[in-house]
Amino acid sequence: MAAKSRNLSIAKRGLMSFETIMWAFTRLSALGMYVLIIFGLIGALIMGARRNMNFADVMRWAFMPNVTHVENTNLPDTTPWASPLWKLTASALLVIAVGHGVHGLVVIADDYIVTARGRQIVRILSGVMILSMIGIGLYLIWTS
Amino acid sequence: MGLKRDVSLMTALRYKGQGPFLTYILHRIGGLGMAVFISIHLLASFLGGSGGRFVNNIYQNWAFQIFIFFCVLFHAINGLRITILDLFPKLIEYHRQAITIEWAAFLAIYGFAVFNIIRTALGG
Repeated sequence: MAAKSRNLSIAKRGLMSFETIMWAFTRLSALGMYVLIIFGLIGALIMGARRNMNFADVMRWAFMPNVTHVENTNLPDTTPWASPLWKLTASALLVIAVGHGVHGLVVIADDYIVTARGRQIVRILSGVMILSMIGIGLYLIWTS
Repeated sequence: MGLKRDVSLMTALRYKGQGPFLTYILHRIGGLGMAVFISIHLLASFLGGSGGRFVNNIYQNWAFQIFIFFCVLFHAINGLRITILDLFPKLIEYHRQAITIEWAAFLAIYGFAVFNIIRTALGG
């Protein structure tokens, strides 16, 4: 017989501390990325991926719907793939993914960097990384 | 104060965390792999030139794609399991069954992706 769960419900845990908020952000941003990835997947199938792209190409597009990711496929015309809708989708995915990913890196770094000074440096570097990656990513998405 | 580990490297490697520990480690490896790759890929695309093309050509190589697809798909599927179990804590009692389902889903999707990558690399 399975042991009774001793885990608290989300309501009982509370969402007051920064760490708890980021814990929730990590889970909810993962779900947000799933929604955007499935949206990209459905969009690719509607725009003709089934006949002109292989599975790996479709996955590459779904994980980042940027037109440069379908340039090496057999698509006769990639104009619909570069529409503002897909640029907005890619931008949303980029912002969520960078926030999710950089926070994940901070969590891993905290397991190995235990001094207050070290952790402060990690947080400054993570802030720089978030801003630079989002800036570069948005530039690439909107100029491609 | 510096970091102190109470176990040796060999003891750590012999740790019998089994399935859940394996997914924990692979989740971190996948996440780190993606963070490193995507950062380099973004910088290479932004800087362009022969250096940027060289880096992005490595990315388009079939062997690298097999690696990065492992990172992305395992992290995504394992992350979905973690999210579901964390948002519905009563399901944590069944986490080993959830891991079995996760591996079945991962192997099916990843296997199909690898098959297609290799078939494309061989000109199929």
